[in-house]
Amino acid sequence: MHFYEFEAKRILAKHGVAVPKGKLVGSAAEAASAAQELGGDVYVKAQVFGRNRGKAGGIKEASGAADAGKAAAAIIGTEICGAKVDRVLVEEKIAAETLFAINATYDAAAKRPVLVATDAGGKDLDDVNDETPERVKRRHLSLLGPVLPYRSKELAHDLGLSGSGLNRMTGVVTRLAEICRQYDLTHAEVNALALTSDGRLVALDAHMELEAEGRYRQKGIVEELGITDADTRGARAPTEWELEAIRIDEEDPRGLIGPAVDFDGDMGLVIGAGGGSITTFDAVKRLGGNPANYAALGGNPSVDKARRLTKLVLSKPKVNKICVISNVVSNTRADLVARGVIKGVLELGLDPAETITIFRVPGAWEADAAKILKKYNIDYCDRTVSISEAARRAVAKVYGE
Amino acid sequence: MAILLNEDFQFIVQGITGREAVNFTRECLEYGSKIVGGVTPGKGGRDVYGVPVFDTVREITESRRVDGSVITVPLAFAADAAIEAIDAGVKLIVIITEGITRLDAAMIVEYADYHGARVIGPNCLGVMVPNVCRFGSLGGPAVDVRKAFTPGNVGVMSRSGGMTTEICSTLTTNGLGQSTALSIGGDPVIGSTYADLMPLFEADPDTEAVVIYSEPGGSAEAELAKWVEDNNSRLPIIAFVSGRFMDDMPGMSFGHAGTVVNRKEDSPAEKIRRMGAAGIRVADQVGDIPDLVKEALKG
Repeated sequence: MHFYEFEAKRILAKHGVAVPKGKLVGSAAEAASAAQELGGDVYVKAQVFGRNRGKAGGIKEASGAADAGKAAAAIIGTEICGAKVDRVLVEEKIAAETLFAINATYDAAAKRPVLVATDAGGKDLDDVNDETPERVKRRHLSLLGPVLPYRSKELAHDLGLSGSGLNRMTGVVTRLAEICRQYDLTHAEVNALALTSDGRLVALDAHMELEAEGRYRQKGIVEELGITDADTRGARAPTEWELEAIRIDEEDPRGLIGPAVDFDGDMGLVIGAGGGSITTFDAVKRLGGNPANYAALGGNPSVDKARRLTKLVLSKPKVNKICVISNVVSNTRADLVARGVIKGVLELGLDPAETITIFRVPGAWEADAAKILKKYNIDYCDRTVSISEAARRAVAKVYGE
Repeated sequence: MAILLNEDFQFIVQGITGREAVNFTRECLEYGSKIVGGVTPGKGGRDVYGVPVFDTVREITESRRVDGSVITVPLAFAADAAIEAIDAGVKLIVIITEGITRLDAAMIVEYADYHGARVIGPNCLGVMVPNVCRFGSLGGPAVDVRKAFTPGNVGVMSRSGGMTTEICSTLTTNGLGQSTALSIGGDPVIGSTYADLMPLFEADPDTEAVVIYSEPGGSAEAELAKWVEDNNSRLPIIAFVSGRFMDDMPGMSFGHAGTVVNRKEDSPAEKIRRMGAAGIRVADQVGDIPDLVKEALKG
């Protein structure tokens, strides 16, 4: 779950990292009065996720109340980085001597937390690393004790800082490492971090993401920021169809559907398990099929869950054929999936042999599944037919050879 | 021979009285694995299919040799259970539990490194040496395991548990057996990556080729490519990268927690390019894997 800039800055401020004075507002009039209060030059910043906000016109400089109101009016209500803007942050403009960037995150190769820093801040850290790798400094951290400030000090030293600048940077970097750890963040990045002429370090922008797996034990901060349970903060808002899939999943604890994702195509997919679903979806797409949905049916689903997912997929207006494909299953029972899918098709008054283009769920209880499928004249195949070959046969039936 | 396991390998199951654990304990025993104890706090003194249950790991390690532990405890207790096993001297830990944060995973792995232990997973199904030992829950009931896995000279590593079985089954169907198959886990931070495990396969005289299943997200494939370039490996590697459709969908996650494309190197297209540049053969479709393995084995 991503945090908005204003939320990330609240977290920074709470932990003693300086941020510009600012106000979150929802209208041009409020933006004007916020600028009036702040005085001087301000920035008006769209509160959306995505790192290209500035380039997309989501950040405007303004001078005085009227100008800030105009800037806010030009941003609020428009779409920036794929999201409609309903709030902007009006902030004092900070004059920087040097721009740094600091990211506290994880290095999956080293399997350790890592601090990444540069004195070429204000740009994407990955880009800085591609263009001028010598200006990117790193320090790995241990999780077997508290965050050790000397690691931050070494990093500050590598960034060329000395005197009080070095000590202030040590403090900011240590706070950031602690924030990343304390709130189960995948990353806590301050970019840019301004060094002002009077020696202060101020976080001009911040990116933070709470790992989905950590949300259950981070209720405190989530509540403090006023984020509701309904606010899932996916890459886009869930569709009605996706919400229905979640309801079906939650109403029956046996097995899992998720995630079910809505696509615009015409070929229905009742596909199974994590890796098997990704592989099948890919195969269908690469063979010219146009999937109507993604799903990952697994974890030993009940007949009823398979039935309801099948009906949900077939409820999509463009879908009149489905394929049922999974990797070799071990705890999921192929016969229960077969019964559920057939039941769903029959309840819609459709012919299973026509509607189910292929059934390929090898593994546990496959012989029982085969018997049921045969009874309804459904085309099925065993493990000797690969996922990609099964997908090819299904695509051929939906779209013609 | 194989990697990590042999016919004398004996292990314990932490969380053995859980529903899934009871099932796979029975399945492992039917397959011939040696399970010398189980742990569930508060249930010491019971047994699961003849396997004695204890309250602590140390009670078991004090009375018998324990080569490994399968951890399948509820999420909130997973890190504690892993540390308990490591402190009791267990050197190989399979963590099946899903949903562990990267903070906890990295902490467990660092602790294991510090104590000379190896972690497989989290969010994995474990390790399988066909007809020798099943260490974890790969493949389901013993009768299904025997259909999917057969002994041979192909090493398999997969970020998906289900696809570990699928790929081994496809290899078996095409007359290709496996030396060792590993479900390495679908999370962003895992204990043993492809590159971590390659030296073991390299040193195993019975392994002649390696197949990997990979997904979008992370840099494990780039690391593997670098390992291959740096080590002049004798082993041909055949890779399959799923989720190419996710190239167009940055930020969306499908399937496993690790499958989010955030950076350029996370994308399937970049993984394919990087591995290809290192001489790794990349299968276009999952069904192409057996032929590529046969071709590679011919030299």
